[in-house]
Amino acid sequence: MGNKQTIFTDEQLDAYQDCTFFTRKEILRLHGRYHELAPHLVPMDYTHDPDVKLPSALIVNMPELKENPFRSRIVESFSEDGEGNLSFNDFVDMFSVLSEMAPRELKAIYAFKIYDFNTDNFICKEDLEKTLNKLTREELTPEEVNLVCEKAIEEADLDGDSKLSFADFENMISRAPDFLSTFHIRI
Amino acid sequence: MASNFGFSQDPHHMEAGLESPVDERVVLHSFSPLIKEASPSSEERREAVEMQDLAEEQDGDDQAFLSSSALVGRGRGRLGAKQVNPLVRARWSAATQRVLCSMPSRTIGRSQNAVISQCYNRSVRRLRRQSQPSIRDFSLSARPSIRGYRMEVTSEDEENTREQLVKNLQALSAGDRIRMLRAMPINMTEKSELRKLACSFKEKRPRSSTGISFFSRVKYYVIITLQHGWCSWLSFLQSLQLWQVAVKTIGGRFGTGVLSYFLFLKTLLLFNVFHFFVNGLFLVIPQAVNPPRPGAAEISFTGLELLTGGGYFTDTVMFYGYYTNSSLNETCQPSLKLTCAGAPDPAGCRGGDGATQMSYNIPAAYFFTTGAAFFVTCIILVYSMSKSFGQSFHIKKSRSNLTTKVFFSWDFKVIKKSSVKLQAENLCTQLKELLSEVNCRQVEKSQVQRLSWLAVHALAWTMCLASTLACACLVFFFLDEHHPLSPNDEASLLALPALVSSINLLQPGFFNAVAWMEEYDSPSVRAYVAIFRNLLLKVSVLGVLCYHWLGKIAANSKSLGLTCWESYVGQELYRFLLMDFIFTILDTLFGEFLWKLFSQRVLRRQRKPVFDIARNVLELVYGQTLAWLGVLFSPLLPAVQIIKLLLLFYMKKTSLMMNCQAPRRPWRASQMTTFFISLLCFPSFLGAAVCVTYTIWMLEPSAECGPFRKLSTMAMSGKSWVAELVNAHPKLAWLCWVHSHLVENPIFLFVVAGIFLIVTYFHTQVVDGQRKIIVLLQEQIENEGQDKKFLISKLQMAHEEKRSTSSPRQELRSREDSCMD
Repeated sequence: MGNKQTIFTDEQLDAYQDCTFFTRKEILRLHGRYHELAPHLVPMDYTHDPDVKLPSALIVNMPELKENPFRSRIVESFSEDGEGNLSFNDFVDMFSVLSEMAPRELKAIYAFKIYDFNTDNFICKEDLEKTLNKLTREELTPEEVNLVCEKAIEEADLDGDSKLSFADFENMISRAPDFLSTFHIRI
Repeated sequence: MASNFGFSQDPHHMEAGLESPVDERVVLHSFSPLIKEASPSSEERREAVEMQDLAEEQDGDDQAFLSSSALVGRGRGRLGAKQVNPLVRARWSAATQRVLCSMPSRTIGRSQNAVISQCYNRSVRRLRRQSQPSIRDFSLSARPSIRGYRMEVTSEDEENTREQLVKNLQALSAGDRIRMLRAMPINMTEKSELRKLACSFKEKRPRSSTGISFFSRVKYYVIITLQHGWCSWLSFLQSLQLWQVAVKTIGGRFGTGVLSYFLFLKTLLLFNVFHFFVNGLFLVIPQAVNPPRPGAAEISFTGLELLTGGGYFTDTVMFYGYYTNSSLNETCQPSLKLTCAGAPDPAGCRGGDGATQMSYNIPAAYFFTTGAAFFVTCIILVYSMSKSFGQSFHIKKSRSNLTTKVFFSWDFKVIKKSSVKLQAENLCTQLKELLSEVNCRQVEKSQVQRLSWLAVHALAWTMCLASTLACACLVFFFLDEHHPLSPNDEASLLALPALVSSINLLQPGFFNAVAWMEEYDSPSVRAYVAIFRNLLLKVSVLGVLCYHWLGKIAANSKSLGLTCWESYVGQELYRFLLMDFIFTILDTLFGEFLWKLFSQRVLRRQRKPVFDIARNVLELVYGQTLAWLGVLFSPLLPAVQIIKLLLLFYMKKTSLMMNCQAPRRPWRASQMTTFFISLLCFPSFLGAAVCVTYTIWMLEPSAECGPFRKLSTMAMSGKSWVAELVNAHPKLAWLCWVHSHLVENPIFLFVVAGIFLIVTYFHTQVVDGQRKIIVLLQEQIENEGQDKKFLISKLQMAHEEKRSTSSPRQELRSREDSCMD
């Protein structure tokens, strides 16, 4: 757009535009948000791809994520090391998948990763219990939690191994058309 | 009973356990490529997990063996919840664990290579789709998976897969490539590398091959330019994003349901902006720049005109009566040769010095602009409705409520602390309700109960229909008796709009009261019934009004003493629109603000009133119907509607923030959005289009005002303009043919409607077919699960057999060792 910004090269902005669901302006705005999380750590000049990662504690305190019960899992799913330290690329990735324009299949993959607390590629009963407790802020009694988990697995598990694989999860999503609109964070 | 093999905690045996895959090379040979595919780092993590399992395994191994063998002995069958599930209870050996961990279904998203190979498969599928192979090419098989829904990666090498993926990306078109890149679930760094590789090859090609024709190079540059243009247009549009911050705040505090109302308001605003733009450009500006000869006495401007639309405004661009029925003359280039048509004063036609004049035929412009605007609006509406349908498509199955609620009902947009707390409480309540429903079976209703349920519903419906009919009759009689056509005081003109608006405001309250005594199966049924009753009321009232305007006033305008009935109808609609807005303000003040004060101070309730999404959206649809009805008679009505919508947005937002709280019941946003857009399309737009079409084709315009005076119908203007154009330029005879055969001939409309219906039928059949395929695939998943269970238990059996044959040998060996020591 003929702008005079010096944060990214044109080639980098093109790459971001092609690989994510953001336009150039939004990428620059995202960089601004990333920078204000830790002004002394994040450089203003990204033309040479600096290797800067912000710790999970900073990202999780963003207003968009602060009250989300899954904030730490979200940040962990998008980090390369699995600990929640996000580089700028991971940061952009995260908000791109959570944006309005991401397709259902992509959101499904990451939603599955988020709900899979022990990262074994299955949502087992313990994962479900943790999800429930985070959602209801532990207001359900343990018997109710147990009952809900059992019923949920009974409903969703198609191949009969008492765990939800990704195929089962995707099948569930086809019955929840609201998924696209609820799994969406505006930045 | 099977004999006990006496596993000891000896590390010798642990190593034996780890080494056992060496013995089972024959059994595990087919799984080796899968094991190789796992990347080293994840392999280590799995080893760690396996070591833990192994230590635990040694204790329970014999027990596991007993149970698994017993189960396998029972044979394959459907496992009920009470039976023991061999995949969970049994402890698998290290070998089986390793195989299980490397299965493709468990590596999705885990290892980079599995993801890349999946992306490669998708890119191959996309390329194949471009060349469209027929399904007959694949061998007939009972399993759709072999037919090509999933294709295997032929090369095992990791780098090879990556190279293949890059090659496929190059072969795709630019748009497809971007779409594939964006949908890949890999991180940004990897994606940009792939993109760089894919693009660099693309750039190298024109340079390396000199044989590219000029034509393809031009095509290439044109495509690139178009894409750049489209990207910059999109980013320009996004920078103009109206109310972005407001929408984010509302979504953050109230969630997706309430947000859908505001997004719907934004959509309506865009429709009106488009209409205003078209009308303004082609009608208002040309006429405003060339005002017609001044009419009778000058009327002074009093403040009341803003409310009634009469008086000073009658003779302005705002209403139909102002527009001339002649062509406007402007000087222009001598090269343009268009004759002036239908000008009453030939002297004004040709300018001095023999320069030819360009004329702008207002009647034809009026006719074609209205038609074109309605046509484009129709296309946009149908397109957005079908897109919305596609997104909210899902198979209906009532038993999956619990999982959907747990995983997919949490609204990630909500960021305010109190709203998040509220959402958690709501979810808790809903889960408890669902659990209680699931636990206690539904009591069968006795005959008496069912009859009384029917009687109550019948009574409620009778009451609602009767009150609707009463309101319609009231409006009808008020129109006949009390509504003055040319009153002495203008304020009494506002009585009818006030009556209609108060009916629209108070009657839904009555419907709600009636609905209290009824019992519904689910809250969504209750919401739909309420919306339907409300809709029926509005449709009947509008129907009575349209009949009165178009049926009585238009037909008998002379006998009623009206000189310009179209302007009158335009003014009526203006008044209705304005009254609707005033009553909405009053309702927001009294309904929401005062009710909140009342419920908090007097009733001492903790919770604030809930924002009624359905009722508010219906109000919006009603207002838009009025605007569409009136645009033919008042070209500036979209501007009024724009101002109204802008003010409404800020007013509703302020009221929401101050007075309301998020709804307690879950709101299925996508379903309801589809429903509202279809409401906008079907009763609202279709009704307005039918009325406008009827007016244009059938009604006689008034003889003394407006662009269609002295014509038998408004449609004649288009015909006569085309006829004149053809007279002047005989080469355009085809235009005349097109006009008379397509626009005027009803057979053409029938054919178009028929084609539309056929296409809709085909689409419903396709959707039906897709539903059947989904059911088939679901069955297939279940079958695959059964196969997996069978194979794993067989594998474990084979392993146990091997162990039983090898361990007596090892016992012998250990005894020999101990002897030798």
